[in-house]
Amino acid sequence: MSEPASRIPNPESQIATDQRINSDLLRPLTQTSWRFYLLVAVFGGGVLTAFVAWMSQAYRGYGVTGIRWPVYWGFYITSFVFWIGISHAGTLISAILRLVNAGWRRPVTRCAEVITVFALMIGAMFPIIHLGRPWLAFWLIPYPSERMIWPNLRSPLVWDFFAINTYLVGSVLFLFLPMIPDLAVVRDKSTGLRHRIYGTLALGWRGTPKQWHRLETAMQIMAIAIIPVAVSVHTIVSFDFSMAPVPMWQTTIFGPYFVAGAIFSGIAALLIAMAVLRRFLHLENYLHPVHFENLGKLLLVMALLWGYFVFNERLVTYYGNKPPEMAVFWRTQRESFAALYWTMVVCNFVLPLVLMGIRRFRTITGCVIASFGVVIGMWLERFLIIVPSLGHKYLPYSFGTYRPQPVEIIIAGATFAAMMLLYVLFAKFVPIISIWELKAGEHTPAVLVPPATEEHRLGELHL
Amino acid sequence: MKAVYALYTDGRSAQQAVNRVRAAGFADHQITVLSAQPMEDHEFGQGDKATWMWRIACVGGLVGMATAFGLAWVTETSWPINVGGLPTFAWWPNLIIIFELTMLGAILATVMTLVVTARLGRSSTLYDPEVSDGKILVGVENPPDSAVRELETALGAVAEVQVKTI
Repeated sequence: MSEPASRIPNPESQIATDQRINSDLLRPLTQTSWRFYLLVAVFGGGVLTAFVAWMSQAYRGYGVTGIRWPVYWGFYITSFVFWIGISHAGTLISAILRLVNAGWRRPVTRCAEVITVFALMIGAMFPIIHLGRPWLAFWLIPYPSERMIWPNLRSPLVWDFFAINTYLVGSVLFLFLPMIPDLAVVRDKSTGLRHRIYGTLALGWRGTPKQWHRLETAMQIMAIAIIPVAVSVHTIVSFDFSMAPVPMWQTTIFGPYFVAGAIFSGIAALLIAMAVLRRFLHLENYLHPVHFENLGKLLLVMALLWGYFVFNERLVTYYGNKPPEMAVFWRTQRESFAALYWTMVVCNFVLPLVLMGIRRFRTITGCVIASFGVVIGMWLERFLIIVPSLGHKYLPYSFGTYRPQPVEIIIAGATFAAMMLLYVLFAKFVPIISIWELKAGEHTPAVLVPPATEEHRLGELHL
Repeated sequence: MKAVYALYTDGRSAQQAVNRVRAAGFADHQITVLSAQPMEDHEFGQGDKATWMWRIACVGGLVGMATAFGLAWVTETSWPINVGGLPTFAWWPNLIIIFELTMLGAILATVMTLVVTARLGRSSTLYDPEVSDGKILVGVENPPDSAVRELETALGAVAEVQVKTI
């Protein structure tokens, strides 16, 4: 039986496509330019500086920071909440796009999943940095100590420990599983020590139909499991605040408000990462303007959602008119924190609304500008949730101010360098775009060829 | 290990080769097919789909749930502290730990099932690095000597395909 020519895939072009994809996406692994070493040196220097600052804080004591009564949470917890929020870029977005089988997800998912893993690692460090005696951080782990004193499982801080670790383990596996076939490609294309290392990481992957089925089933289950975990993580981070009787913290809206903010900042981080990768790794053939446009639309939706939550939070507080809450309300609206507050509103709402709402501006450059605004705005949002409330509680004896000290500024700032360093190193050693998913997306669906039957035992050849 | 295989440039040729190998008397479990991406558009890519992975993930979730419940119960009752008038063992706050460990159990069970059932981590047998370039390998591992000739004929029926015997 003959088939229409248009439905028969051209084998030569398929092989050529596969080889082009291999060549383009493995290039960063095989070729190293001076820019890589420069980036590693610059970002590594930033991380080293932060490490020295942290060691200095541990040696000289917590007094070197600006954190003192009544504002016990400052830059460190702001950065903790911010980075956990950024982590929602990857696994959550990737899982949703996988479940709805969005074809345009293919070049985007791994870029996003990597952000999750590294942002979680960075975010999870902050509670430890925030400790006066960081070497006692292991007290959070539920282990049978000598006197059988267990961590209090009713504390939101212990919930954080469980939620973040579950999300981290899930996200690492969610990143690693679809990487296995690509590690096998790198194994096949390398020699010597690299061949042995990638061979070990590829876990003996061969690409049998059974392996593909199992991998895809596992990714489906993981995607379903990881979405509620991701939502729970930032809800639980919001419980760190909403479980405490502090003005403007104890509100039921904090859970969804934090989750929406996390996804919002995560999408912004993803857009920036994609633009940088596209530019520096020359991935123009894979990360198309349509990817930015689609994510830009998502950014616009999240900006509107963020505005909706802020409006809700503010209006309910305003109508409640409780003096301690109104004091914090006015501090942020028109007193000492007003400049930061209105900068946040412009960055998180006005800027994305204009740049992503008007189609002409929804370009790669427009997306990047809006995303930088959102990242700044979301950091400010975390800061404005924490400091104004802690500095102005119920009675005048607990009023106070917070002035961040150099050690805090260095450590908080260097986490951006840490993120970029980890990202650069990852892109150097692992294909940053999923090779096999891209190949699967670029192949023309073929006509289902039937198996041999009793009537045609030798297939179509009739030997 | 002895094997006879050929590398095809497209799924259609590979499917025809699989059909011919079947016709030569080899069962599906004896035929090895390797590809660089899922080939679900072809019949040979549809085999071995049945899996208990979903059920095992659920069992893993239940194990995680039981672990979390036990952990919460043991730790809270072994040193009962009155915190803000809450009961020693309170359901609402414990649901969070129970939820997290349930999901962790399901995730770990899924990954372990993948590793075991997809035979990951085992030394590979029949493989050719050209699979990474997009070619599709169809072959038979350890065929009986009497069938090698017939197998080579079946695999080599497509023009310009090179049959390899190792």
